[in-house]
This record gives sequence, structure tokens and C-alpha cells, in this order.
Amino acid sequence: MKRGGVAALAVLLTGPAQADERRSGFDYMGPETQLMQTDDMANPGMLAVQAGMRLWQETAGDAERSCESCHGDAEKSMRGVAARYPAYDATAQSAVDVAGRVNLCRTRHQGAEPLPQEDADLLALVSLIGLQSRGLPVMPDPDPQMSQWRSRGADLFDRRMGQLNLSCAQCHDDNAGGHLGSAPIPQAHPTGYPIYRLEWQEMGSLQRRLRGCLSGVRSDPWPYGSDAYVAIEAYLMQRAAGMPMETPAVRP
Amino acid sequence: MWAGLVLASALTAGGALAQGLPEPLPALPGDPVRGRAIVEDRQTGLCLLCHSGPFPDVPFQGDLGPDLTGVGARLDPAELRLRMVDSRAINGDTIMPPYFSRDGLNRVGDRWTGETILDAQQIEDVIAFLATLTQEESE
Ligand code: HEC
Ligand code: HEC
Repeated sequence: MKRGGVAALAVLLTGPAQADERRSGFDYMGPETQLMQTDDMANPGMLAVQAGMRLWQETAGDAERSCESCHGDAEKSMRGVAARYPAYDATAQSAVDVAGRVNLCRTRHQGAEPLPQEDADLLALVSLIGLQSRGLPVMPDPDPQMSQWRSRGADLFDRRMGQLNLSCAQCHDDNAGGHLGSAPIPQAHPTGYPIYRLEWQEMGSLQRRLRGCLSGVRSDPWPYGSDAYVAIEAYLMQRAAGMPMETPAVRP
Repeated sequence: MWAGLVLASALTAGGALAQGLPEPLPALPGDPVRGRAIVEDRQTGLCLLCHSGPFPDVPFQGDLGPDLTGVGARLDPAELRLRMVDSRAINGDTIMPPYFSRDGLNRVGDRWTGETILDAQQIEDVIAFLATLTQEESE
């Protein structure tokens, strides 16, 4: 009683709390799943990172070059990269996410075929790159070209879709913290991707996660790699600016 | 189409009529037993993803919409019908899906194009069932 009174008074004196209300999906998970993420020995995403480390050093394609031959030690050169993506690529005149960047490097510099989305090798490389931002704050790409991608993403996020006629925002802004059946609705921060999802029993990208929500509202997901996903990814990263990266995260 | 017309008339008539759709949809009289099965089924009704209610056998009921306990005492069949057909008539920002309307939908998946979430008979069955939920929770 007394404590409540004092707290209420403090609010009156200082005005509304300025605290950051943003919460990672991590905060909505049970302690066992949280531990699975935070313990590198238990986190299945670390196996993908290990595979990524191997692939980083392997030559691929006609140019017979590895990622390492251009970028050196991933721990140094890839630090903070995933926290900034999607980023604008002037040559492609397009925003690209980390997977898109890996494939641009393959086609432009390695003389190799792009890897299909959700290919285990692609997820492994993206996980390795993501790990180099773990703990760093999301810092969206300052390129002015990105603002139109973000605003397109914001439009898509706010638009009702599918036979169930729901927008992303209706669940993830208006009803985050509520329960859809047994599932707590997270705020949809993209800070942990690629993730190991218990429901999938494997690694998956942010695009795969978005496809799940789209089919959930009975809409047809866009094809993998579509600009619409990159736009939503760019918007979500801006919405999460300053939050710490968690790759590789674990999610239920 | 038909649902759209009925709804449009409910909306333009304004006032009391906008609160409900008194005319049953073209279907046999609703069957509360079938209605309960639809409400409790996660794939068909989806209701308990958002609502909770007096359904002791259904685990993991959602909490995004009001508890359905006693809803048959709070709302009459016409009011229930309007909320089932298209809750946007009551609240333009509702998250409750439009169960018998295709108005203004965007990017509906191929599997569902041209279909409403429930058909007329299912809507009448659900209304007949909801109307039986007259008991307020006993403490
Ligand atoms: C009807 C509610 C609903 C809608 C609409 C919805 N989602 Fe989700 N979303 C969820 C739930 C619930 C989860 C948690 C995982 C699960 O149980 O599926 C989730 C998970 C996510 C996550 C993963 C967050 C994390 O911590 O890893 C992202 C990102 C996301 N949604 C984005 C979106 C986007 C973008 C849209 C629109 C295209 C959207 N969602 C539409 C309910 C919804
Ligand atoms: C995605 C969420 C969602 C789903 C699915 C859903 N509802 Fe609702 N429902 C709501 C919300 C939220 C409200 C509160 C009114 C509003 O905001 O429109 C509501 C209101 C109602 C009301 C009026 C309750 C009152 O006390 O006024 C009834 C009746 C109802 N729903 C029945 C159902 C039935 C039956 C189903 C399934 C066939 C269903 N709902 C599916 C979210 C949902």
C-alpha cells in the first residue's frame, strides 16, 4: 500500500515513465528456452555458426576465392555488419539483407551461383556474420535511399491482409504481450535472426518467420527474396534501433 | 455479396438496426451442438485463439477478446449475428476477423479466395451455441 503510494507520487513528480517499452521475443520465452539461447554449448544455432566458419574459409565458384580471401577474419571484418542491415547496394539499386549480400558476393566476386533462401549453407554464413554483432545495438544503415524502403515496410506492417484481415501492427503493436491461444505475442523485433526455432527443429531466416505470420492470417506469402520482405526487414530493424542483437537466437 | 448487402443495409439504417442483423442467414436453424464444435475447433472457428470462455476441455485459450462466458445473456441473436458476420460494423479497428464478409479484404491467399471464413450454416450454428451461454461465471 505504502510503496504503491510512494511510487504513484514519484510518477506525479517526474511525469510519465520514459523507460524503453521495447522487449525482445527472448523476454516472452520460458526460462528453459532462454537458457538454451544464452548457453553457447546448448544453443543449436552455434552449430550453424561453426558450419559458417568452415564455409567462410572454403573457396567457391569459378574465381576460386573464399569469403576469407577478401574479408579476412570474420570476427574483425564482420563486426557490427548484421546490426546495420538491410543496407543499400548502389550497384543493385536495392536494399539487401545479409543473405542477399552473401549472394551478391557469391555472384559478383566468387563467380558462384547464389544459394537458395533457407539453404543450410546460406543460413550458416548469415549466422556466422550475425554472431559478430551479438550484444551490439541495432544501428540502421544511414544511406538516405533506405528511407523509402523503411516507409514501404511500415505501410506493409500497418496494412490488413489475408482472409483473417489482420495487420502485423494489430498483433505486434496493439496486442503484444497478449496470448493467441497459448502463444504470447512478441513485439516482432528482428534482433535474433537467423534463429533456431523449436517448432521448425532447424535454423530459419527472418523471411521464413514473416511467411509464417502471413500464412497465419491466410494470405499468400510473397516469394522468398521479394522486395516486400526486405522492406519489412528494414522497417523492423529501424523499429528495433538501439536494441541489442542476439543472433543466433532460439525461439519456440 | 449477399453478406455485403445485408451489412450495408444494417450500416446505413443506423441506430438500433446497426447493432444487429435480425434476419437469419439462408440456412437451416442453427444447431448449438455443431456450433460448439466450431467454436472449440482451432482450425475452423479459431475463436479460442482470441477468446476464453466456459470450455474446460480446451487448453490454451487466448486473451485478446472478451471472455465469452455469459455472452448469450449480454447479446441477443441479432447482435451476435452482426458481430459474427462482420465485427467491423461495430468497431472499424476490430481484430475479430469478418467471418461472413469478403468486403475490403486484401491479399487473401489462393486457397481462400472468394470464400468466407465460415459459411451461412456454420454462422447460424455458432449463434445458436453462443445464445446458450447465458450463465455468468459462478464464483
Ligand atoms: C494474429 C496475430 C499475428 C499477426 C497478424 C502477425 N503476427 Fe507475427 N507473430 C505472432 C505470434 C503469436 C508470434 C510468436 C511466434 C508464434 O507463436 O508463432 C509472432 C512472431 C513474429 C516474429 C518473431 C519475433 C521474435 O521474437 O523472433 C516476427 C518478426 C513477426 N511475428 C513479424 C510479423 C509481421 C511482419 C507480420 C505481418 C506481415 C506479422 N508478424 C503478423 C502473431 C502475429
Ligand atoms: C483475432 C481475434 C479474434 C477471433 C479469432 C475471434 N474474435 Fe470475437 N472478438 C475479438 C475482439 C477483440 C472482440 C471485442 C470487440 C472488438 O474489438 O471488436 C470480440 C468480440 C466478440 C463478441 C462480442 C462479445 C461481447 O461481449 O460483446 C462475440 C460474441 C465474439 N467475439 C465471438 C467470436 C466467435 C464465436 C469467434 C469464432 C467463430 C470469434 N469471436 C473469433 C477478437 C476475436
